[in-house]
Amino acid sequence: MTQLALVIDLNVCVGCHACVTSCKEWNTSGTAGPMSDMNPYGEDPTGTFFNRVQTFEVGIFPNTETVHFPKSCLHCEDPPCVPVCPTGASYKRESDGIVLVDSEKCIGCNYCSWACPYGARELDENQKIMKKCTLCVDRIYDESIPEKERKPACVNACPTNARLFGDINDPNSEVSLAIREQGGYKLMPEWGTQPANHYLPRRKTRITIHEDELIRADNPLKKERKLPMPDADDPTLDETTSW
Amino acid sequence: MHPAFSVIFLTTLIGAGQGLYLALYTGQFYSAFKVLPVQDSAQYYVLGSMLVLVLLVAGLVASFFHLGRPERAWRSAACWRTSWLSREVIVLPAFTGAVAAWGLIHYTGWNPHLFTFGGAYEVDLSLLVGAAATLLCFTLFLCTGMIYACIKMLQEWATPLTVINYTLLGISSGFILATAFAAWQDSPLVDFFGGWAVFATILAFATRTASLVRNARIKHKSTLQSAIGIRHAHIKQKAQGAMTGSFNTREYFHGASQPKFRFVKWIFLVLAFPVPLVLLSIGLNTQATSLLLGAFLVQYLGLLAERWFFFAQANHPQNLYYQTV
Repeated sequence: MTQLALVIDLNVCVGCHACVTSCKEWNTSGTAGPMSDMNPYGEDPTGTFFNRVQTFEVGIFPNTETVHFPKSCLHCEDPPCVPVCPTGASYKRESDGIVLVDSEKCIGCNYCSWACPYGARELDENQKIMKKCTLCVDRIYDESIPEKERKPACVNACPTNARLFGDINDPNSEVSLAIREQGGYKLMPEWGTQPANHYLPRRKTRITIHEDELIRADNPLKKERKLPMPDADDPTLDETTSW
Repeated sequence: MHPAFSVIFLTTLIGAGQGLYLALYTGQFYSAFKVLPVQDSAQYYVLGSMLVLVLLVAGLVASFFHLGRPERAWRSAACWRTSWLSREVIVLPAFTGAVAAWGLIHYTGWNPHLFTFGGAYEVDLSLLVGAAATLLCFTLFLCTGMIYACIKMLQEWATPLTVINYTLLGISSGFILATAFAAWQDSPLVDFFGGWAVFATILAFATRTASLVRNARIKHKSTLQSAIGIRHAHIKQKAQGAMTGSFNTREYFHGASQPKFRFVKWIFLVLAFPVPLVLLSIGLNTQATSLLLGAFLVQYLGLLAERWFFFAQANHPQNLYYQTV
């Protein structure tokens, strides 16, 4: 069974928020309805986002590292937000594993957002219904778009290619390969939600240099230098070979 | 979690209504088995069931304020197979309807005798309808409690104590109201209701305290490390992706200061249990209806505080992602 997902490489993400803005730009006119902003130019602007980039500082100064952490719906394989929905508005697609909200059925009771441990769902203050990442379901199957671009808007927008998109149940897909070979992991595995989105950890490229690699013990010049002249009574090459 | 007043009123109002119904029906049940004198006054049951209906409908109305799209509320009966919220949406009107039918039987006096039990005890229609309503009543307590107890991520709620507390607090509140109601109606059941009210209140105090003790010692499963998947003892959030708040900062945080939070806990511990118990015992001894009604009202205020605290105390794991702007 197909399970579409994003794999986000924390080693590459630079925290530019291009995924956030491209997501909002594409989805605000998408099938899930507008992503309303309230009071956008006022003192306390707030709005609906499917995707946010957060920043964490790991370590104690001066040995710190800044980790930019894009966060959106993880399209869990066992999504806790789906069974709690009283109307059936919240559902997981059999065909590709995308978790969606039916904007016509949602009553805005917030119960699904309580059940999601990741806080991936947001109530739209304008429409009063629950909104969440759709994995750009209205884009990835759109045949009027060139095939190369049939990916979520955030994946196309990422300037550093930190976001991969594909089927994590296909062992040969780009995402499966990345998860397998680069240590892809799940968020909050303790809840058993089996999030489909994975994160690739920060990686350090280190080389170990040993002392004897800096000072060459076996100087090739010693072997290649001019050999001492043979003694005068030694046989010459011409005398020992028959060529 | 952010305590929503719509849900606070919903749960406390229907809790009181359910408790009051259970009290009235217990009275009828006991009298059917000749343990208590028979309440033959139709007015007593009609007024009583109307009071129950007022509380249930008021709770239902309050619940609509919780919905973003109340006009679609009818849809919420669809997923009763998986959702406790959906089950509550079905059971609440069913219980309301059963209480209405029970009240109507008493009002019209059309109460055919059905069969005789054990040779001496007569079972009539109202007793049977009332039994069905009682079953629905306990199912409603279960549904209401399970809405919260079934979310395992909210560890403060994910315990059988949640269901037990909703049930016992509702019964305590309803029986105190029944005591006041019986006193107002000059019913001989005042002491019967009063005795059970004291018992239920003490029991509810014990189980609510048990949940406070449990939650004080709770160890949260999720940490910032598991939330972002980085193994390091020192992780500090520097940005949460929005500078002036979002749904995530509004819905999952109670927003009250620590002193206020603790104050509410003591307020409910005092108002919901000892104060009504004192008022109840004085009221029962002096037969003062106003004191008994006061006991109910004071406890209701305490229960509002209790429900506020119940929501505020629940610590959602998503809060790990929202620590610093």
